[in-house]
Amino acid sequence: MKKRLLGRTVVLLSSLLLLTNTTYAQETEEIVLDSGNIAWMLTSSALVLMMTAPGLALFYGGLVRKKNILSVMMQCVFLMGMMTVVWGVCGYSFAFGGENPYVGNFDHLFLKGVMPSAELSMDASVDGMIFAVFQGMFFIITPALICGAFAERMKFSTMCVYSLLWGIFVYCPIAHWVWADSGWLCEWNEKASFPALDFAGGTVVHISSGMSALVCSILIGKRLGFGQEPMPPHNLTYTCIGAALLWVGWFGFNAGSALAANALAVNAFVATHMAAAAGVVAWSVAEWIQHGRPSVLGGCSGAVAGLVCITPAAGAVNPMQGILLGLAAGYVCFLACTKLKNTFGYDDSLDAFGVHGVGGTLGALLVGVFATKDITGERYGWLEGNAWQMVNQSVSILAAAALGIVGSFIILKVLDAVMGLRVTQDEELQGLDLTQHGEEGYIFL
Amino acid sequence: MKKIEAVIRHFKLEEVKDALTEAGVSGMTVTEVRGFGRQKGHKEQYRGAEYTVDFVPKVKIELIVDDDESQKVVDAILNTARTGQIGDGKIFVSDLGEAVRIRTGETGSESL
Repeated sequence: MKKRLLGRTVVLLSSLLLLTNTTYAQETEEIVLDSGNIAWMLTSSALVLMMTAPGLALFYGGLVRKKNILSVMMQCVFLMGMMTVVWGVCGYSFAFGGENPYVGNFDHLFLKGVMPSAELSMDASVDGMIFAVFQGMFFIITPALICGAFAERMKFSTMCVYSLLWGIFVYCPIAHWVWADSGWLCEWNEKASFPALDFAGGTVVHISSGMSALVCSILIGKRLGFGQEPMPPHNLTYTCIGAALLWVGWFGFNAGSALAANALAVNAFVATHMAAAAGVVAWSVAEWIQHGRPSVLGGCSGAVAGLVCITPAAGAVNPMQGILLGLAAGYVCFLACTKLKNTFGYDDSLDAFGVHGVGGTLGALLVGVFATKDITGERYGWLEGNAWQMVNQSVSILAAAALGIVGSFIILKVLDAVMGLRVTQDEELQGLDLTQHGEEGYIFL
Repeated sequence: MKKIEAVIRHFKLEEVKDALTEAGVSGMTVTEVRGFGRQKGHKEQYRGAEYTVDFVPKVKIELIVDDDESQKVVDAILNTARTGQIGDGKIFVSDLGEAVRIRTGETGSESL
């Protein structure tokens, strides 16, 4: 990842050097980012954090019953805390340390070699620090996405341990495969076995979390009364606000993944926006035709589906192709959430698999179809004659899905034996807010 | 004294209140309620799940009046709350044992 960052920055700075004759960049091995890039990357990092809470917290919070809203909010907030600490202590190192194609190493434990120290000056640390904090935000939201699958019934303690282990044993390796310079799926690694296009996390974030969500929803079982009693969303107003915040935050997620304030970021921003918009239209129209009315929840879900789908592609397709991806995602995810789930009867409560697993897979495939030299400069997809890219994409999808599924299965089986996955029947009926946190979301009087 | 309870449509509340005030009623209590009578509920869809919502939201007015005022008040509600469509609501009239104003301890009609 660093290489990509540096490669692009070198050009930018060398042109700057000609103009201003500054020499600071020559004094150190590391290229120091200029202030415009730093400002954009710090902003992007903050935007990605905003996606988890309030974005996802409100989006998911509105979808559960009112006795469980705080449990969802707490899952998001606590993950912001726990995953960040884990990232600093070891996650970053496990994801981006070393030269092995498959796993990271212990080089950067406690951010050693990343944060400023006697060996590393403030200026020289900027590059690594920005990358670490930006990637850290991804480490938070990815397990938070899975919470949608087991909402309203999972023990909070087990959720914490699951997320911790999942982050280390599932997220970090996948991030390493796809985004570390030495990764076997890394786009810019010349020695990669299957260089896959994943600009901002189609495999690393959405396929990994979406597939894990499916395993979670099956292993933990259905909510009490699922299919017999109504479980409508208790506050779609929150869900709508949450979706809008996710949309805005996603600009940091995708355009920030250019790792600089440059042309690539601009394209990613516009393509992302187009895809989200097309997702809204596709899902809403599909509902309009099938159910006679377009729903608010459908419109919001469509936006998220479009955003998920464009995530791996934002740096490889143009905005009009972004619209195609968004339309496809809106309709396919609509089918996944309405038809697929009903057919198989699993209780993916908030459709984490239906939107992230399905939308992520779709995006990872479609970027292989549409990737264009106009945007990437070198890599291109099937439509421009590189059918082999589809193989790379498929391998990356299968690899991320396999580790997500197998990893989650093992972790959950162990945790089930050690501490149990679900709250008791009585606790579930009372609601997780009261039984897991001793609080209520809504107190009148 | 009579207790009059009327379950009416939300949007009729202001109109009914004005008519009752004009009829000389000095106070009332309003609550949001849900229920069903001849007007049945509706269907709601959230992603793939369809739910039938049987309980329809309505507003309930409660007021206490002297026996001889009762008919006038019922008429006022009837005239203002009616649309002619199913779902206009119901009025219940019952005898009331006692009423007390907490501040003064007055009872009966004086407390109203």
